[in-house]
Amino acid sequence: MDWASRKNKFSSSNTLARQPANPQKIGTQCRGHHRRTRRSPDEITMFQHKDQRTASRICEKSISSCALFGLINLERRRVTCNEALRAISCMSERGNGLGAGFAGYGIYPHFTDAYALHVMYLDDKAKRKVEKVLMRDFQVLLGEEIPTRRARSTLHAPAFWRYFLEPARSKLQEEEASPDEYVVSRVMKINGEVEGAYILSSGKDVGVFKGVGFPRDLAEFFRLEEYRGYMWICHARFPTNTVGWWGGAHPFNLLDLSVAHNGELSSYDVNRRYLEMWGYKCVMHTDSEVISYALDLLLRRHAIPMDLALAVLAPPYWDEIDSMKCEDRDLLTALRRVYGELAMIGPFSIIAARHGEMIGFVDRKKLRPLVGGVRGEFFYLSSEESAIRLISPTLDNVVRPRAGEAVIARCEAPRAVAMLSTLNQKEV
Amino acid sequence: MRNRAASTYIVLRKEDKCTKCRACVEQCTYGVHSYNPAKNVIESKSWLCSNCLRCVEFCPTGALTITRNPNSYRMGHHWNHEAIMDVKRQAETGSALLEGMGCDGPNLTYWDRLLLNACQVTNPPIDPIREPIETRVILGRRPPRVELKPENRRLMLKNELAPYICAETPILLAAMSYGAVNLRVQEAMARAAIECGTYFNCGEGGLHPELRRYGSHIIVQVASGRFGVDIEYLNSGVAVEIKIGQGAKPGIGGHLPGEKVTEDIAMVRMIPKGTDALSPAPHHDVYSIEDLRQLIYALKEATEYKKPVAVKIAAVHNAAAIASGIARAGADIIVLDGVRGSTGAAPKAIRDNMGIPIELALAAVDRRLREEGIRSEVSIIASGGIRSGADVVKAIALGADAVYIGTAALIALGCTLCKMCYTGRCAWGIATTDAELSKRLNLEEGCRRVANLIKAWTMEIKEMMGAMGIDTIEALRGNRELLRGVGLTEGELRVLGIKVAGE
Ligand code: SF4
Ligand code: SF4
Repeated sequence: MDWASRKNKFSSSNTLARQPANPQKIGTQCRGHHRRTRRSPDEITMFQHKDQRTASRICEKSISSCALFGLINLERRRVTCNEALRAISCMSERGNGLGAGFAGYGIYPHFTDAYALHVMYLDDKAKRKVEKVLMRDFQVLLGEEIPTRRARSTLHAPAFWRYFLEPARSKLQEEEASPDEYVVSRVMKINGEVEGAYILSSGKDVGVFKGVGFPRDLAEFFRLEEYRGYMWICHARFPTNTVGWWGGAHPFNLLDLSVAHNGELSSYDVNRRYLEMWGYKCVMHTDSEVISYALDLLLRRHAIPMDLALAVLAPPYWDEIDSMKCEDRDLLTALRRVYGELAMIGPFSIIAARHGEMIGFVDRKKLRPLVGGVRGEFFYLSSEESAIRLISPTLDNVVRPRAGEAVIARCEAPRAVAMLSTLNQKEV
Repeated sequence: MRNRAASTYIVLRKEDKCTKCRACVEQCTYGVHSYNPAKNVIESKSWLCSNCLRCVEFCPTGALTITRNPNSYRMGHHWNHEAIMDVKRQAETGSALLEGMGCDGPNLTYWDRLLLNACQVTNPPIDPIREPIETRVILGRRPPRVELKPENRRLMLKNELAPYICAETPILLAAMSYGAVNLRVQEAMARAAIECGTYFNCGEGGLHPELRRYGSHIIVQVASGRFGVDIEYLNSGVAVEIKIGQGAKPGIGGHLPGEKVTEDIAMVRMIPKGTDALSPAPHHDVYSIEDLRQLIYALKEATEYKKPVAVKIAAVHNAAAIASGIARAGADIIVLDGVRGSTGAAPKAIRDNMGIPIELALAAVDRRLREEGIRSEVSIIASGGIRSGADVVKAIALGADAVYIGTAALIALGCTLCKMCYTGRCAWGIATTDAELSKRLNLEEGCRRVANLIKAWTMEIKEMMGAMGIDTIEALRGNRELLRGVGLTEGELRVLGIKVAGE
């Protein structure tokens, strides 16, 4: 069943339809909902316990190794995440059941112009606080609990809600911010200031579903079979710390940018400090979070094109820069000089996605695997080729980005899959 | 009254080994050794000895040993030997005590209480011999963002970036003026800087015409005395540094006695021969931060905005606020000099009691600039008490872009830290401008040794970076995650911004 067709069914029972709604009324309904889904008392204690532990870990990075998988239909035809799920599950050696997640693009066709906020709540208080902010700063088109069902390993799941929003017009004008800027500032505020509330995704027509468990458990829990998207990014995690922390799972998202990461960033502290100077708040206790903020800063706020942004994240060596021709050398020297602190140092392979675009790239020593495959209008990225071959035994083309290289797939004309090394693009 | 009973050092000579060659008599510049022809013996006035070990090095038969005097004043913790000696010296001379080099007091070294992280399992270490590890640093003002414009179907930089200097290693050679040291020392430093792709700061005494050919690797200094400053001087180096203060003597100026102002020094410093070269305590055109701004921009105008301007201050209690002001006043580089910073001569009371350790000052400045969102716009050079590649790595992890080394470079040249620099009679031919003594330093050898030191430390730095899984200096800069503290109080940990080891 498609999410769209299910919408009606839910809107009657469990949904808050709130066009210019009455805050009072919503408040009651929120509480009402929570009464209905109250956990048993010992579950709650366990849960609070976990929450406290999380709070004390602030600013600590957790390190992990992972499986990545991404799939895009270059014609923007929407598919279920079934194939992606099979593929990510096949790389079971790379995950240990302590974290998995999915980002779906094109999954909310009825709200393509509204910002879809996926929010994770650790308690009721957080929810009340967040909804107060949302009511004040946005026109809330719809707010509802994300439908879930019980699944293995998701016993102690926090609550997940989603809201479809438009920035309140008067406020937007008052702040003279672009709508994106406006949304990001709220996301950062809520993530940074409201204890127990975490915004997992905030783009239009995008949603992130993630948590503690194996990919299959999470897909089951979030009823992912009910969604269709033209692009799916999946992640399975092997965190080296054992605390199951739902917010620490990938992908990380900001607006329509999602990032799934396999690796460890030795440069995390430097990256985080730099991004904090630009107003980003790192709250998920995971090094990978900074990648999405770094890309947001470069691509959206500083209008740096993708290939150069990647040259910031995985910078070419000075030797290479020195031997470039004059203008290129100046350009790349400037990028390394200004954004040196955004270089992601450490082993990584990363899948990043924006609407109509999926990018895979690896660190400049290529210490983690990544492989891409093209079949017809589909393009896949994966940690292992076996996962791609599982769902598509024959491929038109296989691409393997070398150290510091990227592979990029675009839906928009010119529709293409291309290998990207600094200032150099080659179609495949 | 003589204070000989408990002189700090004594000279022991094995008479059966001594051949009366008188090498020690010639080498000692403090008059310790003398030949007594009547008795045909060499006599030594131990109370004049500073333990510079020049004679021991040159004694052909190994007859000499300098040792701490077992005759000491009754040992106390509070009234220790040094305190008693100082009182006695002052009682005799009636003047402030002068000494060379830096403060050596206990408990001021934080480097040893900081430990570094290393990769295990989850993140592979990098082998610096097989993989590139980049130690290049760029110093100068950075714009907050890169702006691009399309041109000829490609993207170009929209604005030219502010001037910068680029060092292949984060180790720069600290300011040593002509006068405090001799020309050979300066030339050895400048040539070593060129060999290692780094920079030498020529200090406040002007730049000798002989050395101008090394200008591409020289930072020129403008201090309160303005010695040797003219338009040519400002443009002869790659960057200009305004010296407000230095770690060894914060808040006071300098004094090069007239007898040291030889004809050559007078020419370079642009003062009459034989007159005292006095650097006033303040710059008399900088009584406030606005004045500093004017000086910075005057220097930028003079150099046509082609050279970065650095401002050097001593690390004092409110260094963070001052550094923030300096950044906003337009400086491109901030130089912080900690309490351990060295000098040719300073009143001992000031050298040992004023200023704070560079580790704490650096961490505080880095945090303050970050909080204000301007840390990435300026570069920070830390100096004062850096002894090894490990100290450099820790300084960078605490927020420095690069470091200046002074004492370590002098030790490479042969200095034995005897602290007699203020006498101008350095037995090793370093802190002296005496023509004869200067010859004791071999230029080629000196240059090679300083360059070796920088290369060795750079290799050490690369090895440590590799072990931490880091291959660019940028990823190390301010990376507190890589540091842990041992034996530090809560307050110290907070200022340093690090966790205790094990956490
Ligand atoms: S240098 Fe040695 S051998 Fe020569 S006079 Fe001095 S102590 Fe004797
Ligand atoms: S420079 Fe010369 S006088 Fe100064 S401490 Fe070193 S050896 Fe002694």
